[in-house]
Amino acid sequence: MRSFAYQRAADPAAAIQALAAASAGNNPLTEAEIQPLAGGTTLLDLMKLDVMRPRAIVDINPLSPAWATVSLENGNLRLGAMARMADVAANPEIQQNYPVVADSLKFAASAQLRNMATLGGNVLQRTRCTYFRDISYEACNKRNPGSGCAAMDGFNRTHAVLGTSDKCIATYPGDFAQALIALDASVDITGRAGTRTIPFAELHKAPGDTPQLETTLAPGELISGFTIRGRWPRSAYLKVRDRQSYEFALASAAIALDVEDGTVRDARVALGGVATLPWRARGAEAELKGQKFDDALAERVAEIAFEGASARSHNEFKIALGKRVVARALHQAVTMEI
Amino acid sequence: MTTAAPAPKANMGQPIPRYDAVAKVTGRAQYASDMPLRDPAYAYLVTSAIAKGRIDSFDLSEAQKVRGVVDIVTHENAERLEPAKFFSDGGYASTTNQPLRTAEIAEEGQIIAVVLADTYEAAREAAHRVKVSYTAATPTTSFHSAGTIAARAKGQVKRFKDDPKVGDFNTAFEEAEVKITAEYETPPQHHNPMELFTTSVAWNGDSLTIYEPSQFVYGLKNGVATQLGIDPDQVRVINPYVGGAFGSKGSMTPRTAIIASISRRLRRPVKLVATRDQGFNVSTYRAETRHRVDLGARRDGKLTALRHEGWEISSRADAYCVGGTRTTTRMYDCPNVDSAVWIVRADRNTPGFMRSPPEVPYMFALESAMDELAHQLKMDPIELRRVNDTTREPIGGKPYTSRSLMACFDEGAKAFGWAQRNRQPRSMSDGDWLIGYGCATTCYPTQMAPAAARVRLRHDGRARVEIAGHELGTGAYTVIAQAAATRLDVPVEKVTVVIGDSDLPPAPVAGGSNSTASTCSTVMMVCDQVRQRLFKALMPNESLSDKAKETVGVGQTPSGRAARSDQPLDREKAFDALGVNVIEEYGEWKPEGAPQDSFRAMHSGLVRIVGGPDFSGRIAYAFGADFVEVRVNRFTHEVRVPRVLGAFAAGHIMNPRTARSQLMGGLIWGVASALHEATELDERYARYVNDNLADYLVPVNADIPQVDVILLSEDDAHINPAGVKGLGELGNVGTNAALSNAIFHATGQRIRTLPVRLEKIEA
Repeated sequence: MRSFAYQRAADPAAAIQALAAASAGNNPLTEAEIQPLAGGTTLLDLMKLDVMRPRAIVDINPLSPAWATVSLENGNLRLGAMARMADVAANPEIQQNYPVVADSLKFAASAQLRNMATLGGNVLQRTRCTYFRDISYEACNKRNPGSGCAAMDGFNRTHAVLGTSDKCIATYPGDFAQALIALDASVDITGRAGTRTIPFAELHKAPGDTPQLETTLAPGELISGFTIRGRWPRSAYLKVRDRQSYEFALASAAIALDVEDGTVRDARVALGGVATLPWRARGAEAELKGQKFDDALAERVAEIAFEGASARSHNEFKIALGKRVVARALHQAVTMEI
Repeated sequence: MTTAAPAPKANMGQPIPRYDAVAKVTGRAQYASDMPLRDPAYAYLVTSAIAKGRIDSFDLSEAQKVRGVVDIVTHENAERLEPAKFFSDGGYASTTNQPLRTAEIAEEGQIIAVVLADTYEAAREAAHRVKVSYTAATPTTSFHSAGTIAARAKGQVKRFKDDPKVGDFNTAFEEAEVKITAEYETPPQHHNPMELFTTSVAWNGDSLTIYEPSQFVYGLKNGVATQLGIDPDQVRVINPYVGGAFGSKGSMTPRTAIIASISRRLRRPVKLVATRDQGFNVSTYRAETRHRVDLGARRDGKLTALRHEGWEISSRADAYCVGGTRTTTRMYDCPNVDSAVWIVRADRNTPGFMRSPPEVPYMFALESAMDELAHQLKMDPIELRRVNDTTREPIGGKPYTSRSLMACFDEGAKAFGWAQRNRQPRSMSDGDWLIGYGCATTCYPTQMAPAAARVRLRHDGRARVEIAGHELGTGAYTVIAQAAATRLDVPVEKVTVVIGDSDLPPAPVAGGSNSTASTCSTVMMVCDQVRQRLFKALMPNESLSDKAKETVGVGQTPSGRAARSDQPLDREKAFDALGVNVIEEYGEWKPEGAPQDSFRAMHSGLVRIVGGPDFSGRIAYAFGADFVEVRVNRFTHEVRVPRVLGAFAAGHIMNPRTARSQLMGGLIWGVASALHEATELDERYARYVNDNLADYLVPVNADIPQVDVILLSEDDAHINPAGVKGLGELGNVGTNAALSNAIFHATGQRIRTLPVRLEKIEA
């Protein structure tokens, strides 16, 4: 960890002002010299590991409560970026109308982390790739562009099988983002030019040749909130992992369905733990729509969801596991009582 | 009585609360790194990023610019310390790879520099700014690496004298009606005690005080003195509480003498708290093992042939081995036994003791093979153990001092509901979940070592016991206080126990589950000395006749129960007769069969443990039976463990509360060692990949819904005066096999390589 300057922003304008200097130097967001601090559960961790080395941090916690409101109006869910994971997971209206959102939050991290971590920070959580997090490995294209990838031929059991490139196979670690991308959420981004709104699906970038560029956020910009249109009471998040709590997904699926008389009218499928970014399986969704649901359909859909997946030496199992998780999550969503 | 404090059965002490409970839960207990130092320099380690090769150069310019940096020590400017002899070669050290001597690198994580600064933060930042250029060579990582050489442990390792064998294995196996041959593997594991590996030191003139979490203050004191070239009497090690150890704090690691020498040079106290990831290399670990087990049996299940071969990883520098065949060859009645243990050297740090070092990996192999045999015989696995139960070990024909294995199985089976088990694999389910029941034998050798104690008794009944024992969270304070209170006939609240300080009378390493047996036997003996003085004051003309023995408790039965005379000693009257207010006794105790040099060795911090299979004329083990229920999801292959049950018999139980806690922790550890814990290696670089508590998995509460511990009453007069077998390492043996056997029962698939990960389950 490097010594750094700490400042506390009183309101959004002050935060944007304080972060403005971050846009200097043309760095990617993650390398910006000034970083916002919300829950701090990722930033401080990476600073202690010397992976992130900001010169200054701007504490945006005073932006709560203004940016922490949660409201369900006119059938639309609005989530403030500073809302804490634990609070949103415990919200009865969200549990009832958006179980996939509540469960993706509930099954993430530990109680202590969920109490601290904000929604905005959560979707920006950086990969748990052990080679990325250990600076004694020089080869990491994400941390040290052009240096290679130590994970590619290393111990890569937890790494991604979808959305990978020959530069990076680091898994996107979050859960909540799968719910957001499945439900076509939009994200509000506040910067010096005001607030812009983009589809959540456009927030994250696949690694491609530039794994250091993780999102389309510009330095100095902050996520201020998320919006989900419509209600999705028939939705579920299934997460499979090596232990029952406080662990990242080996494979997970966020499913939202509209089923009438056994026929799927609308379907959303997103995958976690298996891809380099929040992953929407649109082909799988198309296969579901208009079909009578049965186990054969679920298996077909699962196959389609993992079309194009490619594994390395230790993570081959994720493809088979991921398919079973999709099929099982679909079954869970279809049979749930709403 | 509550679940946490089970009612004592015959030959058990009272389940009194922990002596140190309030201090710990209120945060008053001071651990080594809590000890206040005057203006310390903070040390931060720089460790090697390669496992094999050399350092070409350091660039310290950026590091030295960090404000508050005091010094940076590398091999280029470090003080030359005396070499440290490996503990199993008669020394004190966990490794002979002494860092900061040359530019050579022999293991990942080797200490290559120590940054000293006025604050922890400055030391850390400067350490991160140290630039190192290496020339790396390709290391040998593990069994799978090219060019590995295996050599027999026998002849390399002093502690491993011989490969147990008896009869004619080859012929018997050839002729066996039923045969099993199987290979098993266990992974590397790290102890990861909650308390990190810390070292704080302060010099006062020529005298050195070390605050460090240690399972062996006398070993550390003498080891550091040797390395620094000073008189051991000038070194004092203090650690009243240890925040978990499990073997990782038993032998001296290189860091201690390094930090002490730096402190001497700086003329300033120094405090080191190694980070969690550095801890994977700063101390030891359980190395990965491989096994081949051959079992031959008659159709009725009677074993006719047993062979167990084990392969273990050690470092280039040291031949460490656990050699668990000494236990597995003696577990069941079998006339033809063969065994061999091999050591495979790799470019790794030297492994070391980790809770039940031999039994966890070796009993996994044996108890898995026994389950495979039971399945092949279409026999209940408990009945297979019953058919092969014995009162004598087969290698030397020595009798077990006591062996309640089948009683444990029977009580455990009843409580677990084993009778509901359908023997057919994959026959039980609940919705999406396949259900499996598994069981296994657990055991641990009963071991003792010489110790000394000082006991002071005041006329008002207040007592003080001093012994350089160790509180690792096991309950050492509590059981020592109970032993003294019982023997002195005073309320336990009046007993003060002082341990964890090398200025106190010596006690052995808190390892091998010998502590309670050794320290309590010693404390009981010294308390008897106190009582003898009181007795003599009352009856100056009496010799120590039978009446005297009755009155003061000399020659009591092993468990101490019959010690109580009908006429309690009138303490006040005896003190009046003596005309003093306080009497104090010092005594040295050694177990039967301890070598001649035991007491001298004890004061020099050298261990002379006796017991287990090496006991004179007999063999002493504690036994138990572990039961595990697993549920395996037919779709995702996730494994859940809804309940674990263990039934144990371990001689006299000093305190059912602390005993249960130890055994429960052991069972949870056992689940972890089957299902969660594995240190992953990067095969290319011989580096530990998941060297942190987020990626090195241990169970969380959600993984352990129910654990039941049953303590059986057992009386063993042939082990030590306390009648104690020791159970700190009993709980976590066999659990891994019981779990993996349950997986087989649930799925019909045998997983012979731990840990059980969901991708290993095929359908």
